[in-house]
Amino acid sequence: MDDEKMVRQANQIAQYFSAYPEDRAKEGVRGHIRKFWEPRMRTQLINYAGAGGEGLHPLVLWAATQLQDEAGQPV
Amino acid sequence: MASVNPINYGTPRRESDTQVTLEIDGRSVTVPAGTSVMRAAIESGIDVPKLCASDNVEPFGSCRLCLVEIEGKRGYPASCTTEVAEGMEVRTVSDKLNQLRRGVIELYLSDHPGASKVETGDVGDDELLRLARDLDVREVRYDKEGRNHQDAVIDDSNPYFDFDSSRCIVCSRCVRACDEVQGTFALTVDGRGFASMISAGTDSDDFLNSECVSCGACVQACPTEALVEKNVVEQGMPERSVTTTCAYCGVGCSFNAELKGDEVVRMVPAKEGKANHGHSCVKGRFAWGYTNHPDRITKPMVRDKITDPWREVSWDEAMSFAVERINGIRDKHGSTALGAITSSRCTNEETYLVQKMARAVFGTNNVDTCARVCHSPTGYGLNSTFGTSAGTQDFDSVEKSDVMLVIGANPTDAHPVFASQMKKRLREGARLIVVDPRAIDLVRSPHVAAEHHLQLQPGTNVALVNALAHTVLAEGLENRAFVEQRCDVEEYDAWREFILREENSPEHTAQYTGVPADALREAARLYATGGNAAIYYGLGVTEHSQGSTMVMGMANIAMATGNIGRPGVGVNPLRGQNNVQGSCDMGSFPHELPGYRHISDQGVRDIYEAEWGVKLDDEPGLRIPNMIDAATGGTFKALYVQGEDILQSDPNIKHIAAGLAAMECVIIQDIFLNETASYAHVFLPGSTFLEKDGTFTNAERRINRVRKIRTAPGGYADWEVTQMLAQALGYPMNYGHPSEIMDEIARTTPTFRGVSFDKIDALGSVQWPCNDEHPEGTPVMHVDNFVRGKGKFMLTPFVPTDERANRRFPLLLTTGRILSQYNVGAQTRRTANRLWHAEDWLELHPSDAEVRGIKDGTLVAVASRMGETTLRAKVSERMTPGVVYTTFHFPETAANVITTEYSDWATECPEYKVTAVEVRPCNTLSEWQRRYMDTRDQMQRIEGNQSVRAPDTVAASVEEASDDDWEPAE
Repeated sequence: MDDEKMVRQANQIAQYFSAYPEDRAKEGVRGHIRKFWEPRMRTQLINYAGAGGEGLHPLVLWAATQLQDEAGQPV
Repeated sequence: MASVNPINYGTPRRESDTQVTLEIDGRSVTVPAGTSVMRAAIESGIDVPKLCASDNVEPFGSCRLCLVEIEGKRGYPASCTTEVAEGMEVRTVSDKLNQLRRGVIELYLSDHPGASKVETGDVGDDELLRLARDLDVREVRYDKEGRNHQDAVIDDSNPYFDFDSSRCIVCSRCVRACDEVQGTFALTVDGRGFASMISAGTDSDDFLNSECVSCGACVQACPTEALVEKNVVEQGMPERSVTTTCAYCGVGCSFNAELKGDEVVRMVPAKEGKANHGHSCVKGRFAWGYTNHPDRITKPMVRDKITDPWREVSWDEAMSFAVERINGIRDKHGSTALGAITSSRCTNEETYLVQKMARAVFGTNNVDTCARVCHSPTGYGLNSTFGTSAGTQDFDSVEKSDVMLVIGANPTDAHPVFASQMKKRLREGARLIVVDPRAIDLVRSPHVAAEHHLQLQPGTNVALVNALAHTVLAEGLENRAFVEQRCDVEEYDAWREFILREENSPEHTAQYTGVPADALREAARLYATGGNAAIYYGLGVTEHSQGSTMVMGMANIAMATGNIGRPGVGVNPLRGQNNVQGSCDMGSFPHELPGYRHISDQGVRDIYEAEWGVKLDDEPGLRIPNMIDAATGGTFKALYVQGEDILQSDPNIKHIAAGLAAMECVIIQDIFLNETASYAHVFLPGSTFLEKDGTFTNAERRINRVRKIRTAPGGYADWEVTQMLAQALGYPMNYGHPSEIMDEIARTTPTFRGVSFDKIDALGSVQWPCNDEHPEGTPVMHVDNFVRGKGKFMLTPFVPTDERANRRFPLLLTTGRILSQYNVGAQTRRTANRLWHAEDWLELHPSDAEVRGIKDGTLVAVASRMGETTLRAKVSERMTPGVVYTTFHFPETAANVITTEYSDWATECPEYKVTAVEVRPCNTLSEWQRRYMDTRDQMQRIEGNQSVRAPDTVAASVEEASDDDWEPAE
């Protein structure tokens, strides 16, 4: 998908979980993307975040870092 | 085999804790108090003559045929209106009764055209003639030249049935069926005495132009063939019947397909059907003619390029063609370049096989289903809060409801048989709250009126449900005992703190929703304190950028008020397609195996790896929109689609077309050359519900049998075609019958552990979970505990959608469907239902119409930031100012050219219900529509044929496409 759409969708997830306390919100965003996004989409997000992540919600940026660290690990 | 003429017990069943014993014709009979003498007799095997009585309507006592003698009572009381009493002694047979009945029959026959048939025995479906034969009434002493109704003109305006008033005995069964069963109140007895006549409205109305919704309840009720199916007139009476399940909406009505040879004469709703109790709608009863439509594709076809004409080939050649392409793509790009879409119109067994094909044969979890675009948020929302992805109640639960909260659903159009059940309960006194931008029929219809209609702005559901919750908590209306006993209290406390914030008060949310705070508070109080309160919802909840949040919001208020876990309450999605519940249950989502178990769970994968003999990928696959995105991005190359038309049903058609055009192998398995087939390389002929064995699961989790009546014209049921393709790809898939597939589902899926064809055949149907704990199924879920243990309150922040009205696009478009048509219309457009709805139209409020110079019937252009289409306007006060509405049944309209790609945050369910548009009068079709129609035949032509399609269906075409600049080809 194009980056604009990806950023919008990732940020929507963050907007939902941001209602929760920070630690739970972070885990919510990471867990949701890990559980529902196909690897190509996660890779696109990780790469986009790695290139600066313009427009990404802070919770998504954090999640992208975690996803990169745990690539290949179980959900 | 079902009976062509099931027993009619004359009056409805009564329920009572008190049993009454009486004697009928010397036989001791015990029945519940309140039962009629007629029903008591018939239940005990004693037939009682009757014409005006039927067990689906209240007794009327007009025909005077069911007379009986009762010891100690004077005269001859009507058994239909006489209730049983303890110790009563009844005689149904005597010389005097026989004399009276014969006299009545003779009078009826004196003004009836079929008297001569009594002699020949050819009485058809006419109960009067049958009684005349049985009572041996061979002669009519009265002069036929006297006043009579034999010159009456037949009303043949309805495409499916005739009304011949010369046969009518004015018994009022049709009127009462329309009132009591359907709840439309379209029919009446007009005139008095001899002039009495059944009428569909005013003198100038015929059936077609009346308020009649053609449900057919009157036809089924008529005892004299005055109302009779045209098919019966033309083909004669059916000889046998097979019980099966309707293939339209998620109500899942049981029908007896009544046959002559292997040809269907009529579909009669089954009295034993636990979802419909003998009722039906116009689609299920009458609109099955598409199964024989000449547009059906009966031979496999292939083509190298989508610009080539289709070439009819043998099944072997089609399979070889598909295998070569799939293997070539897999060798070059890997399994992740392949995917499949399962069908919510096909059976559970067929759906299971398609996801198995994707996972075990293609080697990928890239599989999805049409629930992506309808109820995927239901799955996410109810799973998060309750622990399972399904509605909580059976349909009959509504009979115990005191309050109904209907949100974003239009049951009278989309789930009409259940709507009749709702209306019946509302007439009995249940109270109704409707939440909808549009004044749906339930808001005000005969003898039904919503106490509150919260006419909110599209896109503000979550703000509204938060305000309902805020009112409940702020005014102390919650059920604290239920919460403490059944729910996670820590989560509740967090939710309570969130909801009680000022931002969620009705006074604050009114700026978004447009719903006055007072009205909202009144509705909340009614929901919380009105007794058993049940929520029913539809796509007006799910098809939003916050669809999943809204589902969780509804689950929250149900838990907070204790409205969960017993009959009469619950959270109930009215699911759109016949088997959309089943397709989700069967593992159609890319992240889940059957039974909603995540693909990352090694224990679950172990079960299927052992069963299927392959190693499974542990990563979630692509959803439908992701497949399209990956296709335009060059990493997704092949798609196997069973019974789904994504080019018409999914949002942003241009993007869907671009994705399909970028693929190297699109395999369509369908009964018609649908819109998506314009971009396909292989077409495999599919089968209708009449041509296969299997099961459908309806919106109440009820697994119903589908039974094969004839062989598909292509030769194979859909499950056989999938199996053939799997075998051609080298996978050993060797089922002999769909029951074996269900056995595998039961073996591998805990919630289906106790399901088998034998059990369904024995019980009629079964609702999952069906396992050791619930061997005969589960009508109401979460009775003692939630599936997840403790109910979990989820926070529901309101986030306004990015799709906003502005100066350029000042109106909000929302979409829906209409009674006579069904979804993309592939089936209903090929039936006489077109008489009621031959095109999509745009509904808008008079004030919005006036300022734009728009009148009823004006051709208008509807433009969004995505595209533009043209259709006719219908000015309607159903709409709220600023909101316009259209259906999406016709490809010519291309409603999804204008819908956006905004989607639910959790599931990517498209936001069909909110599109900012401008509307203006115009005099031409849009650029898209003109190109589309110019090229449709070219893209779907078959070698040797001029065209395979009736002119009412169209398709788009493209030669080369990119994501950015794609437009229909010239």
